[in-house]
Order: sequence, then C-alpha cells, then structure tokens
Amino acid sequence: MERLLQYALTGLSAGSLYALVALGIVLIYRSTRVLNFAHGDIATVATFVAFTMLTRRLPFWAALGASLLTGALVGVAFYLVVLVRAQRRGANLLGMVILTLGLALIIQGVVVYVWGAEPVSLPFPISDTRTYSVGLVVVSQLSLATMAAGLLGSVGLYVLVQRTRLGLAMRATSENLMAAQTLGIPTRLVLSVSWAVASALGVVAGIFLAPALLLDPFFMLDPFLKGFAAAVLGGLNSLPGAVVGALILGVAESLTGAYLTIQFKNTLAFVIIIVVLLVRPEGLLGREFKERV
Amino acid sequence: MAGELLEVEQLSLRFGGITALDRVDVTVAEGETLAVIGPNGSGKTSLFNCITAIYRPTSGAITFRGRSLLGLSPDAVASGGIARTFQNLRLFHNMTVLDNLLVGRHLHFRKNFFEALLRVRREEIRHRRRAEEIIELLDLEAVRKSRVADCAYGVQKRVELGRALATEPRLLLLDEPVSGLTQEEKDELAYWIHEIRGRFGVTVLLVEHDLRVASRLASRMVALDHGVKIAEGTPGEVQQHPEVVKAYLGE
Repeated sequence: MERLLQYALTGLSAGSLYALVALGIVLIYRSTRVLNFAHGDIATVATFVAFTMLTRRLPFWAALGASLLTGALVGVAFYLVVLVRAQRRGANLLGMVILTLGLALIIQGVVVYVWGAEPVSLPFPISDTRTYSVGLVVVSQLSLATMAAGLLGSVGLYVLVQRTRLGLAMRATSENLMAAQTLGIPTRLVLSVSWAVASALGVVAGIFLAPALLLDPFFMLDPFLKGFAAAVLGGLNSLPGAVVGALILGVAESLTGAYLTIQFKNTLAFVIIIVVLLVRPEGLLGREFKERV
Repeated sequence: MAGELLEVEQLSLRFGGITALDRVDVTVAEGETLAVIGPNGSGKTSLFNCITAIYRPTSGAITFRGRSLLGLSPDAVASGGIARTFQNLRLFHNMTVLDNLLVGRHLHFRKNFFEALLRVRREEIRHRRRAEEIIELLDLEAVRKSRVADCAYGVQKRVELGRALATEPRLLLLDEPVSGLTQEEKDELAYWIHEIRGRFGVTVLLVEHDLRVASRLASRMVALDHGVKIAEGTPGEVQQHPEVVKAYLGE
C-alpha cells in the first residue's frame, strides 16, 4: 500500500511537469491549430538563461523572471516574425508545423554553441534531497514545489481563460478567428499573448525539471514528448484535458516503472498515444472543432 | 448628397483570372436600409468582405464616415463602427449565448486596464445590461445559458444578429439574414430587423436572396450580376429592370 501511494505521488509530481508542458502545447494548438515542436526547446534556452544567472549568484526570483521573459519573447517573436508572415504568404498548417521544427533545431544549435553540450547542474534553492513524511509517504521538497507549480500554472491559466476579458477574447479567437476580428478583437495581439503564456508555462516546467536531473541542450525533449502524449490523451484542444491526461500519464508511468519494468516506462507514453488515436481520436475531454461549411 | 455613411467607388476585386467585383459603386446614406440583390456568385458577399477588410480589393475606394477603410485590419474596421453577420454563421459554438453577446461587447471594454480593474463591477453591470437588452429584444431569454451549438438554426441566426448589435455599430451588414429559415421564421426575423433599426438607429446594408424580404425591409436596392452593378433604385424599379429579370431567370 505504501509502495503504491509512494509511486503514485512520484507520478503526480512528474505529471505536474507534463501538465505544464501539455497546457502550452494545447494553448497554441487551440488558438492557431499549429503543433509547436519547438515548445520544449524554447523552455531549454530559457532554463539556460536561468542557469547563467544562478551561477552568477543572482537571486532566484530574478533568474525565474528573466527565464520566463526569455521564453515568452522567443515565442512571441517566432509567432510575429515567422508564422504571421508565412501565413500571409499562404503557408498551410503542415508548413507551419515544419517551421516550428526548424525553430527547435535552431534553438538547439544556439544552446550548444553558447552553453556547450556538456551536462551541467542548475544551482537551485529548492532541495531534491530534503524530504518530509506525510502519512505513509515521503515527499521531497522539490517534488512538493513541482506539484505546487503545476497547480499554480493550471489554476492561473484557468482563471485567465475563463474569468477574464482577455480570456474571453482568447476563446473567441481560437474558436473563430474571422468572427473575432469582425467584432473588433485585435486577434494578432491576442495570439501573441497566447504564445507568450504558452511558452512561459513550458519554461516553468523546465525550471522545475532541471534540478531533478542535469541540464543539457536536449533535456526538454523527453518531457516535451510526454507533454505531447498527455495533450493527445486529454484531447488536443482541451485545457482541462491536458491536465487530466498529464496526471494520468505521470502516474501510469510511475506505476509501470514500479510494478512492471523500468524499461517499459518511457514506451508507455507512445503506447497511450497510439491507443487513444485508435479508440478515441478526440481524446478524453476533447471536442472536435466543427465549422459549418 | 448629404449624410453619406458609406461610399464604395469603382471597387474591383480579382482573384487570379476571376473578377469577383468589377468597378462597383454603392453608397449608403445615414439611416437608410439598402439591399444588395443578385444571383449566386454575383459578388454580394465579396462586397461585404471588402468592406470588412477580410478581402483586399484590387482597386477602388471605400470610405466610411469620411475616412478610407482601405488597408485597415478587420478589427480596426469593426472599431470604426461596422458590424456584420455571415451567410453561413460564424458563431462561437462552444460558448453560451450570453458569452457570444459579451464578445460583441469587447470593443467597449475599457482600454485602461487599471481603470477597468477599479470599476470592474460597474463596468460588468453596464455590459451585462446591454447584453440583457439584446437578449430581451431578440427573445433569447430561454437559451441565454445554452451552448450555441445546441441551439436551433433559427436561434443561432438571431444570436449572430444580436452579437453584431452588441458592438453598437453605426452600420450593420447583414449577409442573407433569413436564408435557411422557414417562412414563419423569415417573417419574424424581418420584423426584428425592422425593430432594431428603429430602436438603435442603425443603418443597414443587406445582402438578400429572398426578394420578398429584401423589398419589405429596404428603401433602396442595388442589383449585382457577375460582379457588375446592373441596376439601382427603389425595390419596385430594380425588380422590374430588364437586366435583373434576365439575371434571375436566364435568357
């Protein structure tokens, strides 16, 4: 029993990270129908900015702020400078997805060039080894903070999208761009905000993941793929679905590692993608976008 | 002529080899209702799309309240006071009827964020009141909290009309407002459009296939065929114009 709970908790912690990644993927997909393959890499470069600042002994909050800003700026710049232009010249969705892949490769190159490919460790104020006992289970300070970050990110995004005017404009823009425009919504600005917020959520995942392992130019690849799997599981256009999918994936993965075999742990995400796409392509909470033609 | 609200001059729109609009002149006076009629593919909707900046015209001029609309973005045109509905409906299907109307209020949300924060309650009440007024006028009370996708087609048509109205436009463009409706619903909607004009003092430019409804609502009519204006005048004159008869009935 303790073992089950312990592994479930570890899974929830990993799931919180996946949720942060998945929310960003879904936010971009919902508003532009583009799958952003550079999502993880934007987080990588931003986390390296935090690394540089933390190794220079700058305060944690400054480093966090700077990395969030870096992520948001890279996202917005890519949207405004590349995607908007591509769209204006008639690029289709596939073309735009390939452009995000290009951005991913460019960022990887830049990160390797600037910071090198050697794994480094991120000086982090929250400890991975200090633990607390809660009832039957033991939880580290870091995984507690990770879960808090996941919760904060999810709730914050929910409030933004469902309870604010900007959120109303975001929902309108993602459901029907042309109608939103003709009602006076500056959709380009709204979409820029979506890119900024989505990228920043990914950066939060990167910042909290990095101290648990070593930082290298490709450290976000695995969480990106997991976040993508979680988003597919939950339904690519559903924000609550992203969180639910991520938590299910995190726990399932952790339990698989514990009770089946650790080798199978990483495969699980892709088994889930395949099964979901075969059985319920719209995902657990997804709803197909329908446009009357 | 005094009181021109919208002036379209020598407007042409070409896609590759196809000419959707060919040197079309249309003027709409403040307070009037003008109907644009014509067979399918005659360029009626293209005209609307040029006015609302969804299409960029190849040549010509569009002036609204004395200012050119060319080169503006669709949201800038909307904030100038032009609202529209779409022929095939473009609603926010996963939102409630009330939320659809509130999106229409977007233009009137306070621009200053902090000011809005301070008076958020009063603001909210003001926008809700306007939305309530439209809900009451268009008889949407029963469905206000329903998801638009779950509403009947006739109701959706009214929601889209209400949403356009929520922006408080000076000029309302209605693209086939009664198409797809039953005869009874058509009469109802025509009545509502009439009511709206009186109550909100809005100028209406209407594209309509149903000539009966068009002549009932409009004081003036313009007929298009293959992107060319073929007639203009009172509904009676235009419908008897030989070119119009030929366009509708064939040779």
